[in-house]
Amino acid sequence: MTYSITIINSEEKYSCEAEQTILNGMVQLGKKGIPVGCKGGGCGICKVAILEGEFSSKKMSRKHISKEEEKQGVVLACRTMPKSDLRLKALGVIKTAILN
Amino acid sequence: MAMTGVMRPGHVQIRVLDIDEAVSHYRDNLGMIETDRDAEGRVYLKCWDEHDKFSVVLREADEPGMDHMAFKVRAEQDLWRFESDLKKAGCNVERIQTGELSGCGERVRFDTPTGHVFELFATKEVVGNGISTTNPAPWPEGLQGMAAVRFDHCLLYGGDIDGTVKIFTEILEFDLAEQVVDGELQIAAFLSCSTKAHDIAFIRHEEDGKFHHASFLLSTWEQVLKAADIISMRDIPIDIGPTRHGLTRGQTIYFFDPSGNRNEVFCEDSYRYPDSPVLTWTVDHLGQAIFYHSRELNDRFLSVLT
Repeated sequence: MTYSITIINSEEKYSCEAEQTILNGMVQLGKKGIPVGCKGGGCGICKVAILEGEFSSKKMSRKHISKEEEKQGVVLACRTMPKSDLRLKALGVIKTAILN
Repeated sequence: MAMTGVMRPGHVQIRVLDIDEAVSHYRDNLGMIETDRDAEGRVYLKCWDEHDKFSVVLREADEPGMDHMAFKVRAEQDLWRFESDLKKAGCNVERIQTGELSGCGERVRFDTPTGHVFELFATKEVVGNGISTTNPAPWPEGLQGMAAVRFDHCLLYGGDIDGTVKIFTEILEFDLAEQVVDGELQIAAFLSCSTKAHDIAFIRHEEDGKFHHASFLLSTWEQVLKAADIISMRDIPIDIGPTRHGLTRGQTIYFFDPSGNRNEVFCEDSYRYPDSPVLTWTVDHLGQAIFYHSRELNDRFLSVLT
């Protein structure tokens, strides 16, 4: 099953397999709307708010996704699989942090 | 043997989101050998050429990252000498009883200004490296995956690296081997307690207590390329490489464990002796210092941490 994912920040659209994470789906099609980090639920860079649609998520670092956020559909894209078409907003920011 | 005090990195305890996925990664991909599990559910692993019982401990938790990194000291008296000096320097110091980690002797735990927890220990159960100590073979048969030789070092991020470097150099007798400076400000410090290019490294960062990577030694560039093949064959998230670092000259590849903790495997980095000069990279050559070939900084490598 393939679903359509829309990133509202950039109005990018891509299709994603049901068994694929919405981050891997994006990366494979060369899209860049969600910043890509560790791909393991650990670093928090790919944080998104799912605005519309059904999905499931694997365990994510509590440092980056609180229980409250998880209830509200704020998740890490690297741990989230679509169960329908989705509209989402990218929240994470990647920054060069070596020279503070 | 001239080496005294702190001898080498002994182990790192890493937090993971799913213990089974993590064990599969460290065992089957890195090629470590599982040596024990304890009542808390922690899993112990060692690389093939390590004689002590474990060099990685995996603990399931809600947040990935590093619990602590431990160094092995030459003798028990070193433990008590360092314990006293660390207390005088203002570190929070506590003793962890024998056997709290299965097979490990008493540990001295202390914190540093960068918000990391370290430990020292003098004894650990010896299980051997799978090769006879009489007429030894060059390597044991039946190794898996990347077949990492040993746990080698960690790179950690935090704010007050000056304070942490001071503890490692002035109390624990590490040498500054290599550094990156921005004028007077040290932004990276590579420290050695041995003849290795580094046994621990720190990078200045706005947030304390962060874990950049745990690194494992391979023997050759060909083995680094084989690791890259395994990373693709098994769909392991890759960070960057294979490439060469300017810092330490290491030939390297970086990837992530299933909880997003970064791992490195590398080979053929430089070496030092107590009379070796400190090597310095200036910030205008930072790209080359980190990735010698591309000479470009990579945001993910610099800022994705657990």
